[in-house]
Amino acid sequence: MSQLNITINENKLTVSPGSTILDAAKAVGVHIPTLCHDPRLKPYGACRVCLVEVEGARAPMPACATKVTDGMVVSTDTEKIHRLRKTVVELLISDHPLECVTCEQCGDCGLQDLAYRYGLNKSRYIGERHPLREQGDDPFIQRNLDKCILCGRCVRICDEVESAFAIDFTYRGFQVQVGTDYGTSLKNTSCEFCGQCISSCPVGALIEKPRLNKGRTWETKKTLTICPYCGTGCTLELQTIGDKIVNVAAPLDKGVNRGNLCVKGRFGYQFVNSNDRLKTPLIKKNGKFVEATWSEAISLIAKKFNGIKSAHGADALAGFSSAKCTNEENYLFQKFMRAAVGTNNVDHCARLCHASTVAGLARAFGSGAMTNSIDDFAKAKAILVIGSNTTEAHPIIGINILQAVRNNGAKLIVIDPRKIKLTQFADIWMAQRPGSDVAVINGIMNIILKEGWYDQKFIEERTEDFDELKKILDAYTPEKVAEISGVSPEDLRRAADIYANSGASSIVFSMGITQHSTGTDNVLSLANLAMMTGNVGREGTGVNPLRGQNNVQGACDMGSLPNVCCGYQKVGDDGVQAKFQAAWGVELPKTPGLTVVEILNSAAKGGVKGLYVMGENPMLSDPDSQHVEEALEKLEFLVVQDIFMTETAVFADVILPGLTFAERDGTFTNTERRVQRIRRAINPMGNAREDWRIISDVATAMGYPMHYESADEILAEINSVTPSYACITTARISDSGF
Amino acid sequence: MNKKKTNTTNTNTEVIVGLGSCGLAAGAGDVFDALADEMKKNGVDARLKKTGCIGLCYKEVLIDIISDGVKVSYGNVTPAMAARIVKEHLVEGRPVDEWIIFKKDVVSGENTFLKDQKRIVLRKCGLIDPEDIEEAIAKGGYEAIKKVLSENSPDEVVAIVKESGLRGRGGAGFTTGLKWEFTRKAEGDQKYIICNADEGDPGAYMDRSVLESDPHAVLEGMLIAGYAISADQGYIYCRAEYPLAIKRLNIGIEQARAKGLLGKNILGHDFNFDITIKQGAGAFVCGEETALMASIEGKRGMPRLKPPFPVISGLWEKPTCINNVETLANISWIILNGAAEYAAIGTERSKGNKVFALTGKIERSGLVEVPMGITLREIIFDIGGGIKDGGTFKAVQIGGPTGGCLPEDFLDTYVDYDSLTKTGATMGSGGMVILDESTCMVDLAKFFMSFAQSESCGKCVPCRLGTKRMLEILERITQGIASAEELDLLESLAVDVKMSSLCGLGQTAPNPILTTIKYFRDEYLSHIHDKTCPAKVCVDLIDVVINQDLCRQCAVCIKHCPVQAISGARHEYTVIDPDACIGCRMCISVCPWNTIDVDSPKQLIVPAEKYRRPVNKENVAESVRCKADESRGGGA
Ligand SMILES: Cc1cc2nc3c(=O)[nH]c(=O)nc-3n(C[C@H](O)[C@H](O)[C@H](O)COP(=O)(O)O)c2cc1C
Ligand code: SF4
Ligand code: SF4
Ligand code: SF4
Ligand code: FES
Repeated sequence: MSQLNITINENKLTVSPGSTILDAAKAVGVHIPTLCHDPRLKPYGACRVCLVEVEGARAPMPACATKVTDGMVVSTDTEKIHRLRKTVVELLISDHPLECVTCEQCGDCGLQDLAYRYGLNKSRYIGERHPLREQGDDPFIQRNLDKCILCGRCVRICDEVESAFAIDFTYRGFQVQVGTDYGTSLKNTSCEFCGQCISSCPVGALIEKPRLNKGRTWETKKTLTICPYCGTGCTLELQTIGDKIVNVAAPLDKGVNRGNLCVKGRFGYQFVNSNDRLKTPLIKKNGKFVEATWSEAISLIAKKFNGIKSAHGADALAGFSSAKCTNEENYLFQKFMRAAVGTNNVDHCARLCHASTVAGLARAFGSGAMTNSIDDFAKAKAILVIGSNTTEAHPIIGINILQAVRNNGAKLIVIDPRKIKLTQFADIWMAQRPGSDVAVINGIMNIILKEGWYDQKFIEERTEDFDELKKILDAYTPEKVAEISGVSPEDLRRAADIYANSGASSIVFSMGITQHSTGTDNVLSLANLAMMTGNVGREGTGVNPLRGQNNVQGACDMGSLPNVCCGYQKVGDDGVQAKFQAAWGVELPKTPGLTVVEILNSAAKGGVKGLYVMGENPMLSDPDSQHVEEALEKLEFLVVQDIFMTETAVFADVILPGLTFAERDGTFTNTERRVQRIRRAINPMGNAREDWRIISDVATAMGYPMHYESADEILAEINSVTPSYACITTARISDSGF
Repeated sequence: MNKKKTNTTNTNTEVIVGLGSCGLAAGAGDVFDALADEMKKNGVDARLKKTGCIGLCYKEVLIDIISDGVKVSYGNVTPAMAARIVKEHLVEGRPVDEWIIFKKDVVSGENTFLKDQKRIVLRKCGLIDPEDIEEAIAKGGYEAIKKVLSENSPDEVVAIVKESGLRGRGGAGFTTGLKWEFTRKAEGDQKYIICNADEGDPGAYMDRSVLESDPHAVLEGMLIAGYAISADQGYIYCRAEYPLAIKRLNIGIEQARAKGLLGKNILGHDFNFDITIKQGAGAFVCGEETALMASIEGKRGMPRLKPPFPVISGLWEKPTCINNVETLANISWIILNGAAEYAAIGTERSKGNKVFALTGKIERSGLVEVPMGITLREIIFDIGGGIKDGGTFKAVQIGGPTGGCLPEDFLDTYVDYDSLTKTGATMGSGGMVILDESTCMVDLAKFFMSFAQSESCGKCVPCRLGTKRMLEILERITQGIASAEELDLLESLAVDVKMSSLCGLGQTAPNPILTTIKYFRDEYLSHIHDKTCPAKVCVDLIDVVINQDLCRQCAVCIKHCPVQAISGARHEYTVIDPDACIGCRMCISVCPWNTIDVDSPKQLIVPAEKYRRPVNKENVAESVRCKADESRGGGA
């Protein structure tokens, strides 16, 4: 469609169809006040402070919700408009406490700004006001209904974005208020405590409880960084005063989340300033941890590791890297293990979550990650979710999926034995028996095959061995699959129809199908399903594993794996070997190392004698904790580098205090392989140090000098040896996160 | 009595009882039973039938007796009257003249009431049993859908309705044919037609009457609309407070389905259509089309911005044509009689008839169906018989609670969309409240504003808070504590709310204020400057006082005061405590000696008799007896 002409207060410009008057005004720098508008929400037009005059219109129009039509002539600054806006603000403050002196929102308040602009410090209307109505019994969220201006943003974001439907308007007329069913605490509702409502509220009616009395927004220093929880990789704005995090927000125009956050990202920052943090190195003496200096701790480690190495060989040492640490630290850790220690015994928790994905997808597509981006879900016509409780584990991706379903009419197929939030919105929910995933997928493919719904052209041009697949599928008739999985043939049929014929179908999966003995087969089956229907390589399609930890993708990319170096360059490959020996200036071990599971098995048997655990907690996250305990106890020397005294750390001989995400620089790679910067917002706590600095010091002490001044410097080295990261420099990713 | 003769006279005689809500409320059910009893007792075999509302609400219970083509109507019928009507009229052939309100050759007010009306919408109301589809069919029901299905393409139907000039009767007055055309042309494989039967205006009951008396006219209108816009599903959104309408609609839908008039392949044509009834929970704002659709979808009934208009994106975001009950009831007539015939009625831009609910201080209240372009004077004085009890006309409130008040100067205004809008009032859905000089215009504005305020959905600021603040200023004016500046504030706020509200409710809610300030400003000023309510209505500005010179100490007033504001006893002077008095005037109406009067500080404009109900004979008798008792036994 062609561009539309619009004139705003003499400014002429063209905008693309679908733009609102507000969008156009922004483009030419004309300010129009808003209260009920939030770019994340559908047009609403209720507060009426954005009214503008449009030539030829019967009445003033809300700029936030009125779409531009060609030739439109708009005035935003007339006497009439001023008067109407002023009336709205005067009406609002006629029922508002104006307690700005004690209000958390002061200085960041939509109503205060407008009252200031119109010079209104009191209202001429002397009628009834709502009494103080603080709702005190909600976790996380402070509701001050007397300050509510009923813009409905909280209600709408809870519905339109979060699909949680916890609050709504109640009553009519002057009595209208935002409330819960029966006026109970949010605890008794479907509230997810994501705090999205707070993020949208333009006034002080909704406030993050942890922030109360800690300082106003304008007093805080604001640092953009990335959330340390899940693989979605949401952009956070840490608001700090001194070395304390006061609040967390999210900018509306940045990152994958564009202003949205879940309960973890928004409220889960308390650990950063926790008093239980490790603040200084500890050495175990006579079964007790004793505070030590950095040089004591590091020289002890160097001495012990070098001792084990010379007595039993380098392969008697092993290291667990961390999906919570940055790319720079992961790169350095595997470099440390390979170059300084001289072993490929380096792995991390990806082994336990998505190793089957990496294996399966690498076999199918050559690369083990999401084929499409998160934004791409909006373009899907059908989404098949299997083994992922997305709204809980990856809440912001969950939002994307639900919006695709609710706003764009995408069909949703959920294959999950449990009834989860997504199933409420699903066109088809198939509750398969646990372990019968392959059968269900094969059953769907069987139907697609029989019905001729596959994409012959795609198969011929882009795939191999379709006939092999056909042979296997023959056996999986819907009836047989029903017997195995408990899913009815009708549901299978409908699912097959929707998936194969939607035009653009996307598959989303996660640990629900990878953490099985058949995990790799499950993943391969999904890849086959996508390929036979041509649902790969286009917008809105693909096979999309949702990675668990914030930087599990990065930890893998950086080669914290026993068989590959950074960029999945194979250990033992002559070229790779030569390249890294040249880059790192040292002879490197040739044979692939042990996996997480193998390292612990070996330790239990006395093979591996020294272990360096950076930012992992195998006592909790690995299967069979008794077995883990035996292994850890058997070790001659255990180093744990972490931010808390974890269940694993208690077994350590030396504990090294690392830093939280808020205290350091670096990059995280999210599940869609977006590499994003994290930035230091506060100073390190106590004596704790950046993990990369600690690794460098240990390496140097062991006789392999590592000297880096900053995370940037490490990234530069990553660029030089990792083809897939060759051009990812801090400067380039500062804003967009790519 | 000649039994044989009676029987022959009666076989082609019909006795029809009006059993609409208004009739039922007046006791029509009992009258029906009493008539049935009497007829059985007397061996009368005339057909006793039910029908809907005839329109003469002030005369309910109404019965019609039609024999040999002559119709005789009785009004205010009670069960006690059944015996005489059956005996004299049906058995002896002598109609009971003193109870007759309408007869072909009798000139009466009622005769004028009905004679001056030309009925299209109400054409079958009061003539058929609304619970029997056969009666509707016998009177031409469903002929129109038959006709269009076999003779017209959907486009032709749209063209006919467009040509008729019919405009929506729900308030906004949008050309119905155009709305159909937009919906027809909108993209979408699923479309809906909704009948708006929410009728939220207090005092309006045109739609209820049509639904209760001739539901088939609406069903047929929806069928034709469905055919014209290619919708296969219709919804009737009817307020739950209309149980009888809902019952009769359900019966009508069932019967229509049974006759193949609803469902698949209607009348053997390739046309499917069915209708579902949705009940509204009595929120005025749910009559607004976008709120109504939200309500059907199960959401809170709140209006939303337009565009997108429902014709493009309506119910469940599908193209939806939403029409009012009365609008739809016109359709089959237009099809059968032709667009030209319809367009010949009314004015240049307002075609056809409009039904009004005449209420208030009017001699003959009820439903009237009149051609557009008639004057207010004709409706009020010719059809309605002028002001009740010989009072003086003060104003007419048109267009429901958010319409406007017009004074005497506007009596010659034509009743059509454009002329009414020009005055500041609106056609609205057709409520017409007649006010005499006992009405305080400030109090009236306050009443309507209080309605608007409590019905505001709360979505937009001007309406939610603006109506509240306007109401509060009005309250202060009626209490005599408002300043002159507040009147200006009220006026400017009213203008702003009208201009900046989101939906029709807020945009029209200030109309009563704006029109009363415009046409009755003096009355506002009296309240503000003189602390006087000229109509002696506003409780805080009046005193109800007993003239001690005339009081005969009967103490009847004491007994009747609902708040015990009157002290004293029999044989004592009675005194009203001004602080306790709520100004209800009960005492005035019961005092047999006309000794109680209302005084508003400073001024006395309206004589107190205005508030007096005709002297209640029972009361007089009782008090006279009191006096008699006293003189006889007082000393004993
Ligand atoms: C506050 C409000 C209440 C309304 N209530 C009704 C109603 O009760 N019945 C009705 O038919 N239209 C009502 N309307 C008008 C409807 O929005 C709509 O215009 C009408 O149903 C369209 O039908 P028509 O074109 O046949 O008039 C109301 C409008 C507003 C703003
Ligand atoms: S919400 Fe805004 S206007 Fe209200 S008290 Fe707080 S800062 Fe002031
Ligand atoms: S709580 Fe905040 S976001 Fe919600 S309606 Fe009130 S002012 Fe708006
Ligand atoms: S004008 Fe009133 S009823 Fe209409 S949207 Fe606004 S608040 Fe709701
Ligand atoms: S911001 Fe546009 S109406 Fe509220």
